[in-house]
Amino acid sequence: MRNPQLNEKGELQHLLTIEGLPRAILTHILDTAESFVGVTEREVKKVPLLRGQSVFNLFFENSTRTRTTFEIAAKRLSADVINLNINTSSTNKGETLLDTVDNLTAMHADMFVVRHAQSGAPHMIAQHVASHVHVINAGDGRHAHSTQGLLDAYTIRHYKKDFTGLSVAIVGDVLHSRVARSLIHALTTLGTPDLRVIGPQTLLPTSVEQLGVRVFHDMSLGLRDVDVVVTLRLQNERMRGPLLPSAQEYFKSYGLTPEKLALAKPDAIVMHPGPMNRGVEIDSAVADGPQAVILSQVTFGIAVRMAVMSILAGNS
Amino acid sequence: MNTHIKNGRVIDPKHGIDAVQDVYIADGRIVGLGSAPGGFSAARTIDATGLVVMPGLVDLAARLREPGFEHKATLQSEMRAAVAGGVTSLACPPDTDPPLDEPGLVEMLKHRARELNLAHVYPIGALTAKLEGERLTEMAELRDAGCVAFSQAERQIVDTEVLWRALQYAATFDFAVWLRPQDPYLAKAGVAHDGEVATRLGLAGIPGFAETIALSALLQLTRGTGTRLHLCRLSTAEAVDMVRTAKAEGLPVTCDVGAHHLHLSEMDLAYFDSHCNMTPPFRALRDLEALRAGVREGVIDVVCSDHTPLDEDVKQIPFGEAEPGATGLELLLPLTLKWAEESKLPLVQALARVTCDPARVLQIDAGHLAVGTAADVCVFDPADWFKVSASTLKSQGKNTPFIGYELPGVVRYTFVSGHLCYEAR
Repeated sequence: MRNPQLNEKGELQHLLTIEGLPRAILTHILDTAESFVGVTEREVKKVPLLRGQSVFNLFFENSTRTRTTFEIAAKRLSADVINLNINTSSTNKGETLLDTVDNLTAMHADMFVVRHAQSGAPHMIAQHVASHVHVINAGDGRHAHSTQGLLDAYTIRHYKKDFTGLSVAIVGDVLHSRVARSLIHALTTLGTPDLRVIGPQTLLPTSVEQLGVRVFHDMSLGLRDVDVVVTLRLQNERMRGPLLPSAQEYFKSYGLTPEKLALAKPDAIVMHPGPMNRGVEIDSAVADGPQAVILSQVTFGIAVRMAVMSILAGNS
Repeated sequence: MNTHIKNGRVIDPKHGIDAVQDVYIADGRIVGLGSAPGGFSAARTIDATGLVVMPGLVDLAARLREPGFEHKATLQSEMRAAVAGGVTSLACPPDTDPPLDEPGLVEMLKHRARELNLAHVYPIGALTAKLEGERLTEMAELRDAGCVAFSQAERQIVDTEVLWRALQYAATFDFAVWLRPQDPYLAKAGVAHDGEVATRLGLAGIPGFAETIALSALLQLTRGTGTRLHLCRLSTAEAVDMVRTAKAEGLPVTCDVGAHHLHLSEMDLAYFDSHCNMTPPFRALRDLEALRAGVREGVIDVVCSDHTPLDEDVKQIPFGEAEPGATGLELLLPLTLKWAEESKLPLVQALARVTCDPARVLQIDAGHLAVGTAADVCVFDPADWFKVSASTLKSQGKNTPFIGYELPGVVRYTFVSGHLCYEAR
């Protein structure tokens, strides 16, 4: 079975997950993004690469932040952008996901940026669309958030130059995190030798070590001498219940404080996919401190999304 | 119609027969094997040279979708599918709408099935009213109406006291109870086996111990009540071991596995193939191997179709929202043959799992070819393979992860009580 993201020539047709993509494609995306970082700093922040193309932001799950960054990225490439927030209840009214996609394709969509609460929904759309249409996964269930994984990798490369000597720790709710899965795939593909996940057993998925990570339950062991700390967002509804007793206890064990961060290398950087819960997974002193690169992630995110869109459009 | 099936390779697992013999059918019964009874004259002679002549298959789990789910399939479409698959007796679970919890519903189903004059239908009654797991059904009434056992289909009894009392009550009348072991809480949110693949794909998992914890409870209750317990759709290696131990202890338990689970594992989910959304989920490769070995060894008594015809609308949606299940009646024989071939098992041994063994679980006189029994016969070509596609399936449900597979075994003729119900064109 051919990787459903690649065309016959082995080029990127859709971006659905980072898993299974060759290192050369990931590096090409990061290099292309680097050239776009300059664009976003220019006075006229536009390039004409997607002129005349229609990008549909198809969000079945609300996310103003991610949708906005895709919208900005597409507009800087001179594309026409159409935003659709489809809450899942309207699909329950009769129109199926694929009907919706057919309707929009008939409006001459060239690219779909899809966010959906169900893992695999973008795969399904990608299998269904006409061969000239590209699909970008902007987050599906717990499965993948590919552009986030790429922008995280871009940020790490920006600050650390190279992946092949790094120790990276991902802290928190890996079980429900598509961000963590995408970053793990990106970093293993790019050659990061020491990748760790840290969290209580209740927030780590079964057989997570099969993804190529080492498992730690103790922050003081897991953070030792790492170059990068990625803290994950803890959803409100998971702070109290069968997975965790309270946000306070979580913060005590797994919140990133200056004291815990001191165990990492002195020049370690701190990342967070946003939006942050200060005082839950991260202490404000760290979030606002000199090692945090969280706002750079946001800026790089636009360049990375421009890179993905332009590469896909070029592979028609 | 008197029929003479000549030169076929007769395989009758119950009697250990695998030999080229002629079969003679008259008045709905088998009247001769090898030689014709005196005065026999055939209205039709079928040349079965190169074909296998076997007892019609007995399937322990075929959802016929009536009443309540006629948009998914009808009694007529699915009974046609049954005979096209060589299945001549089938048990249908009570998960209709309304569920089979009242004698009138059972009588209606039996009546409708009889009118169609295709396969024999054996309804499984609901163990609790509306399958809600709270009140017992009128089991004795349901038995009189035609129910051969009692089950919860895919609904679990959450309250362990109700489960215990239901088993006690059934044991009082020596009714068999068929249950699929699954802890309702551990399986509540999951859609795939809780393992490496679900972790990669970001699908909520159902751990293997959701099955073994419930199985352990069932075995302990049976030890106390003595209920004849049939365990449906085992999916884990540990469950096979537990049943082996229970049988060695002498507990009155039997069990089955769905034919799909003899071939597919979590790996087959590939890129979110919704057709692989099944209950129980396809599990790890080691579980698959243990199930195959369990059937071979006989710890698992029966291979069933777990036939669940669905409309495409509930499969053409993301994996986690898709309805679980696959059409199976027409694939039961091919999948059993494929397993037998891969396991290098003689047909006379392998086919027991779809003929005399399920008949033993049902306690019916079927699944064998002795002179004097009802002539339920399947004639198939073991050398012919076919490609599974929506158009080759008679079932209204085209939902199967085997679309595109080449499978062995093409049914040529199916007789039910001597009546030729299906003939391949």
